[in-house]
Amino acid sequence: MLKLTLRNLLRHPLRATLTVLGMAIAILAFALLRTMVEAWYAGVDASSPVRLVTRNAVSLMDTLPLAYEARIRAVPGVTAVGHAFWFEGVYIDKKHFFPQFAISLPGYLDLLPELLFPEDQKMALIRDRRGALAGRKLAARFGWKLGDRIILKGTYFPGEYQLVIRGIYRGRDPSTDETMLIFHWDYLNEQMKKLAPDQADKAGWFLIQIASPDLAGEVSAKIDAIFKNSLAETLTETEKAFNLGFVAMTEAILLAIQAVSWVVIGVILLVLANTMAMSARERLREYAVLKAIGFRPRFLTGVILGESLALALLGGVLGLALTPPIILALPASVMQYFGVFNVTTATLAIGLGISLAVGILAAALPAWRAATVGIAAALRKVG
Amino acid sequence: MTADTPPLPLVEIEHLYKSYRRGSQTLPVLQDISLNIAAGDFLALMGPSGSGKTTLLNLIAGLDRPDSGHLLVQGLDLTQLTEAELAAWRARSVGFIFQFYYLIPVLTALENVELPLLLTDLTRHERREHAELVLELVGLSDRNRHYPAQLSGGQQQRVAIARALVTDPALIAADEPTGDLDRKSGHEIMDLLVRLNQEFQKTIIIVTHDPEAAEHASHTRRLIKGQLLNNNREK
Repeated sequence: MLKLTLRNLLRHPLRATLTVLGMAIAILAFALLRTMVEAWYAGVDASSPVRLVTRNAVSLMDTLPLAYEARIRAVPGVTAVGHAFWFEGVYIDKKHFFPQFAISLPGYLDLLPELLFPEDQKMALIRDRRGALAGRKLAARFGWKLGDRIILKGTYFPGEYQLVIRGIYRGRDPSTDETMLIFHWDYLNEQMKKLAPDQADKAGWFLIQIASPDLAGEVSAKIDAIFKNSLAETLTETEKAFNLGFVAMTEAILLAIQAVSWVVIGVILLVLANTMAMSARERLREYAVLKAIGFRPRFLTGVILGESLALALLGGVLGLALTPPIILALPASVMQYFGVFNVTTATLAIGLGISLAVGILAAALPAWRAATVGIAAALRKVG
Repeated sequence: MTADTPPLPLVEIEHLYKSYRRGSQTLPVLQDISLNIAAGDFLALMGPSGSGKTTLLNLIAGLDRPDSGHLLVQGLDLTQLTEAELAAWRARSVGFIFQFYYLIPVLTALENVELPLLLTDLTRHERREHAELVLELVGLSDRNRHYPAQLSGGQQQRVAIARALVTDPALIAADEPTGDLDRKSGHEIMDLLVRLNQEFQKTIIIVTHDPEAAEHASHTRRLIKGQLLNNNREK
């Protein structure tokens, strides 16, 4: 059976090659799109279960008074608190986008154990109020080294910010974003006091560490209760829910991407099914002869299924093998929007599973036809 | 069996009917066929197109099922067998030769001949030996490694005959075995079938339009519009 399957596979080399390439491209597209969606959710996946985020209940754009921090720290179950701003600065020009955060140093760093960098760099960062910490990928993107000076031009926050790279971190986990730039909230606040006093002593959010994930609901409720009926009511949620809120803003796009990835699979399923149907139609008399000789329908099913699976899996494996190099070859202008863009084992497994399923489904109809066709009818002769 | 005892029939057919449905119409193909074929016989079934000769051959060879009537081959009632039993019986007892050879194009001559032996308990080495022996018998031992496309029509039909013979079946069913061959190759194929009948006592039934091919058979029966004529030509 194996010999016949392999020989059948090579019967029409051009057709087989085009089918394998079609399958490879479809699986490649699927893996790329899925990796893109996963990259979007990377922040969600990287969320810690013992971290809460308190923000203004009205919107993310509204700030909170810094004075809230002491009251949050006093809530039972809270073990640490830090504050931060999303800093939407421009480096060189708007095309050179990367996420930037002004955080309360050094305390906030204790809340981010997933950022790994040497102790001496940490000390240098803490000591220098203009010091900044860059992710490994971000530093590599712009060729930054320790001691390099960079300038960010504020957009939401007025002014120019001269920063010195004092540390370069790497992620503890594959899902850790290595494209962030972090600098002192104190430096930003100093500037605010000079340039926009009404924005000084404010925070975009408070990052809170709790003693146990079980306390998340209780602590969140207590914090929000404290600030109820104040001028800036709070909304406290888990870090995961907070990050999901960001992703939800682009949910329609993500759904469209996912839909497209499945449409691609649907198309290749039809292409392979058509190839297998053509092959089976061409070989129907051969199948009839094999049945006449005494071969059972399951033998024919095996031959057809084997050929279909071989085509699908060859294409699938080729597509999956091409995915990482294609990702590496993507231009920086695309990659800058994704902190994490790694092909996961799950994506590879799903890609392989889809190849397997496509192979089986594409063979189903031709195999059924070959198995059920009457020998006399297939030989098509009524003398 | 004594000299005056008639040979036992290999095929016993009584009041056999077969029809096909085409849309809402039922087309009778064989009507009230009764026929005995003795073991070791070489029978030619002749008749015009659509007379039902291939259908009769298919029924005898277990490729199709009758609507009604008795059909015993080797004492086995084929109408009572399941599809699996019928397939197993065909693998054991019938060798097929078709007009267009129907060799598997991606397999060599040797592999094509070896194919029916995959359904037996023979080892790979034994299968090879058997296939080589039969290819030698049909005069193609030097074409073992050739693919069907590399062989002439006559050679392809010889491979098909070798494939039909390799399991040493009791019955060889040949449907227009010379229909796609030139006159010379046709003669060679018929001579080969005669030799198989005479030297190896194979029971052979051929369907043919060609009176010259039919001349090689020991008996000829004619079918007209699904009915078997009574005039039985004997050599």
